[in-house]
Amino acid sequence: MSKYSKNINKKQIRIALRNCGMIDPEIIEEYIARDGYHALGEVLTRQTPEETIELMKASGLRGRGGAGFPAGLKWDFARKNEADQKYVVCNADEGDPGAFMDRSILEGDPHSVLEAMAIVGRCIGSDMGYIYIRAEYPLAIARLKIAIEQAREYGLLGKDILGSGFNFDIDLKYGAGAFVCGEETALIHSMEGERGEPTLKPPFPAESGYMGKPTNVNNVETLANVPVIILKGAEWFSSIGTESSKGTKVFALAGKINNVGLIEVPMGTTLREVIFEIGGGIKDGKKFKAAQTGGPSGGCLTEKHLDTPIDYENLVANGSMMGSGGMIVMDEDDCMVSIARFYLDFTVEESCGKCAPCRIGNKRLHELLQRICEGKGEESDLVRLRNLGEVIKDTSLCGLGQSSPNPVLSTMDNFPEEYLSHVVDKKCTSGVCTDLLEYFIVEENCIGCTACARACPVGCISGERKEPHLINPDTCIKCGACMEKCKFDAVILK
Amino acid sequence: MSKIKSLADLLRIRDEQQTGLQTREKGEVAEELVQVKVAMATCGIASGARETMEFMAEALEKRGVDAAVTKVGCMGYCYAEPTIEVRLPGREPLVFGGVNREKADEIIEKYIKGGELVDGIIPVNYQTVD
Repeated sequence: MSKYSKNINKKQIRIALRNCGMIDPEIIEEYIARDGYHALGEVLTRQTPEETIELMKASGLRGRGGAGFPAGLKWDFARKNEADQKYVVCNADEGDPGAFMDRSILEGDPHSVLEAMAIVGRCIGSDMGYIYIRAEYPLAIARLKIAIEQAREYGLLGKDILGSGFNFDIDLKYGAGAFVCGEETALIHSMEGERGEPTLKPPFPAESGYMGKPTNVNNVETLANVPVIILKGAEWFSSIGTESSKGTKVFALAGKINNVGLIEVPMGTTLREVIFEIGGGIKDGKKFKAAQTGGPSGGCLTEKHLDTPIDYENLVANGSMMGSGGMIVMDEDDCMVSIARFYLDFTVEESCGKCAPCRIGNKRLHELLQRICEGKGEESDLVRLRNLGEVIKDTSLCGLGQSSPNPVLSTMDNFPEEYLSHVVDKKCTSGVCTDLLEYFIVEENCIGCTACARACPVGCISGERKEPHLINPDTCIKCGACMEKCKFDAVILK
Repeated sequence: MSKIKSLADLLRIRDEQQTGLQTREKGEVAEELVQVKVAMATCGIASGARETMEFMAEALEKRGVDAAVTKVGCMGYCYAEPTIEVRLPGREPLVFGGVNREKADEIIEKYIKGGELVDGIIPVNYQTVD
């Protein structure tokens, strides 16, 4: 009946995405009808901040931005630091290539984030929250503005919320789309109008953050979980997931997968379930090769990891990381060396340049990969890649540099034969690195129609009419014009 | 709107809204209306959801179907945008993918008017929390 996947097993549980696609994000009443702001009411009238923090700790909710720090513990630190002013910050600086979890939540359910921020404010003793959001998300910004306005009109933000005497307001701060500003110290500097560069921790933001005041920074998805946990209890939340990682995780599935989209699965779901059951398998019936999790900070998982339950610890143990939840699926046609180069391209662009290992190290790492892709690499380059990668990881100032070599190291660990074939045989087995490929004419298929020879701009194809033709590899510029013209699949690339 | 002054106040509004969700303007009972939700996040809009929504609202009105057409956020089916959810009175909601003008027209004529299933249904593959 349907052209879409008939798979109806319900492996997904939507907690953070509970309202996305269900309610009109621009109408606060629809959020209230689905128990919106009820959790805030409970926290303000029936719980002490200490009790709420204990509940969050017991739930086992960990930061969904990547590192997985326990949320309750983070709030506790911010609460215990005495100050005349404290701040709540929502990190909406989503920047991993192929990741759009936070955008979807902000566009589909902005009130859940506002409600959670007010709950954090109550817990840590803050009356002001900021959402740091990238200016490239205009619709999310517009919907957040509407949501803030509506919440203020109902008195769910502002003074004396629900008659509790608690004051809390929220404002937006725009980021210019720098990847490093997802790092919390860099984010805070950017909010202050300084350059978006990280600083050494400690001091942690919980001690000295925005304007030097104790600041609690949580990611959008982390916050979206909070109201449900308050209403349904720590025990319910911690019953979902694995021993160390509780609840669910939203993933943005992208790449060579049939059902590209946003999914939310319990922690501990296997990669096989995500890719083959929920994701509907690999496009065009091709073979699965790898899935990159954690974006430019993560690594790739391969066939041997398909049955590993996905949680924070298992991903790190397998050379990747949770990251914010981008999952890019690759098939047999993807070259892992060029994938590593692609991520390094990104890191080199996005490095803020403050510390030398990241600024210079990543540039050199990228140059080495470039050489290998061009067929100029040597076997000794592989040793240099690994050494340099490890030095950058050990010596960089912030998370960006400390994780940037991961895509290289993880592809080297999982696909050593691809690196070797690039440097030793000068071959790209996936047929991606054009410098390593040559055009050939298959004799059996060629009927000698001369179409290729006429299309060749450098005249490197020879042969008599009605006789098989030949390409001279020394003068071929690999433009591909011959392959395009050939109607008999006689021109191949290998 | 007046301010909500207490938790009891909030819960009262919640209960009122639950019975009258999406029927504010029409003052009708939700159960008797055809409800159409159009996924209108950036991704949906980029693949033409705005046009789908406009067409749906206009066509349903013209063809005399009592319906409420609303926008919602991302349903998560990027591979099948634009997506819409249709709830006929007394039936479970169905999600349709790839809803351009032609598809929307087909859904109105066959499914909404006649209750006949058409191609493009995306099965629900998740559990909700409540």
